Amino acid sequence: MFRRTSFTRRALAVSLSAGVALGLAACGDDTPAGSSPSASSPSAGASSSAAISGTVNVFAAASLTGTFTQLGKDFEAAHPGVKVVFNFAGSSALATQINQGAPADVFASAAPKNMDQVTDKGTATTFVKNVLEIAVPKGNPGKITGLKDFTDKNRKIALCAEQVPCGAAAQKVFAAAKLTPQPDSLEQDVKAALTKVSLGEVDAALVYKTDVLAAKDKVEGIEFPESAQAVNEYPIATLTKAPNAGGAKAFVDFVLSADGTKVLTAAGFDAP
Amino acid sequence: MPLVLVLPALLGLAFLLVPLIGLLAEAPWSTLPSRLFSAEVGQALRLSLLCASAATVICLFLGIPLAWLLARADLPGRGLLRALVTVPLVLPPVVGGVALLLVLGRRGLIGERLDLWFGFSLPFTTAGVIVAEAFVAMPFLVISVEGALRAADPRYEEAAATLGAGRWLTFRRVTLPSIAPGIVAGAVLCWARALGEFGATITFAGNFPGRTTTMPLAVYLALETDPDVAVVLSIVLLIVSVVVLASLRERWISGLR
Repeated sequence: MFRRTSFTRRALAVSLSAGVALGLAACGDDTPAGSSPSASSPSAGASSSAAISGTVNVFAAASLTGTFTQLGKDFEAAHPGVKVVFNFAGSSALATQINQGAPADVFASAAPKNMDQVTDKGTATTFVKNVLEIAVPKGNPGKITGLKDFTDKNRKIALCAEQVPCGAAAQKVFAAAKLTPQPDSLEQDVKAALTKVSLGEVDAALVYKTDVLAAKDKVEGIEFPESAQAVNEYPIATLTKAPNAGGAKAFVDFVLSADGTKVLTAAGFDAP
Repeated sequence: MPLVLVLPALLGLAFLLVPLIGLLAEAPWSTLPSRLFSAEVGQALRLSLLCASAATVICLFLGIPLAWLLARADLPGRGLLRALVTVPLVLPPVVGGVALLLVLGRRGLIGERLDLWFGFSLPFTTAGVIVAEAFVAMPFLVISVEGALRAADPRYEEAAATLGAGRWLTFRRVTLPSIAPGIVAGAVLCWARALGEFGATITFAGNFPGRTTTMPLAVYLALETDPDVAVVLSIVLLIVSVVVLASLRERWISGLR
């Protein structure tokens, strides 16, 4: 009898702790920061530049995935013991998560609009610019030459939905060129549009220059003059509620440094 | 009832229900009707209902024979076959969408022929949405119908056969009516799954208002600009799903066992 109850209790305890562990693992990228006691003081900025520690949670736009992963590795190498954890997603989704209380230290957004949703104007720094480019499958089967081919109903065209930054930029470009595009699909993010190109499902899509460069073995890029009408600025900022303010500041400084800029421009971003 | 069971059970219940309650609590009730009857919402809802229903019809035509094959035919490697049939149940829907693109897309194994011979390609069309939904939803129907077939008493079929009925006649007049509750339950589950399908649809069929933008896609994109609209759309989907599942439980599950 006694054995039985203690067994049930133990089983319950085990399953509960397993559940908690699972829960922790599931939100792994937002728990460790708060757990480092030295990093949680918000006024740590004064003394922390030399001795930062703990985890830096960086929320970054999906289009920064490649470059920021690299920057994170470089930053960890420069600061032994510090860990950088990324949350890559669409900028607006990230802004929503931050406003809902996700413990972010740094936010790098693909659009100033999303940055304004989480910080006061003027606290963010523009660190790179990105322009649109036409992406076509290898060999350009649709014989795309310029923006006007996007108005051809017989060609398969993917654009980003106007709700997401690359779609808004595309709209600006078409307005400037006085063209009405005939898209077959309005994709939910720039990577989805690029995927449709690399699979050859569409003849062309408007994506960022950096995305074309990142997928250069599968797609070709065509530059077009109207792209200057929609230059996309990427702001970065430390967040006021950052659990690791010192680490956040150090990471932002690192992104803005010459080394950081080198990584970013190599991927096709323009310096601001 | 042991307390060690009641407590986690209540926690589990809260875990599943609180998000739904949260959705209702966050709803912009005052502006809800005007948002609900806006053109885009109507368009997305109509398209969703149409595509889910069409996908269910396809699943019925293909899924019932498939379930029959799995339950009755003497196949080698039937266990493996059944596992393969249910793969879309656990496969991430986006992966399903990619797989469909690789087969039925313009450059796909079969899709390339379709495009070459008939100038027709499935992606970015309403038919593409229906295909994506049917792919994801069919296992629900197959599993239900197969279960019903296994539970059905084979002696009625044998009796029909001894009375001179052919196999096709036996299937139509004896087997089908006896598993009707299972078919209905499977069809409703299948329809509900198709209605909520997101990943495979947006990957395979893309997103264009009026053509491929179903409710789940509209919810996702609305979140980017107007979260209130996303909440309203979510509530509509939630209500439709609850009504369907509740009626299913009352009327048909009891008939199964």
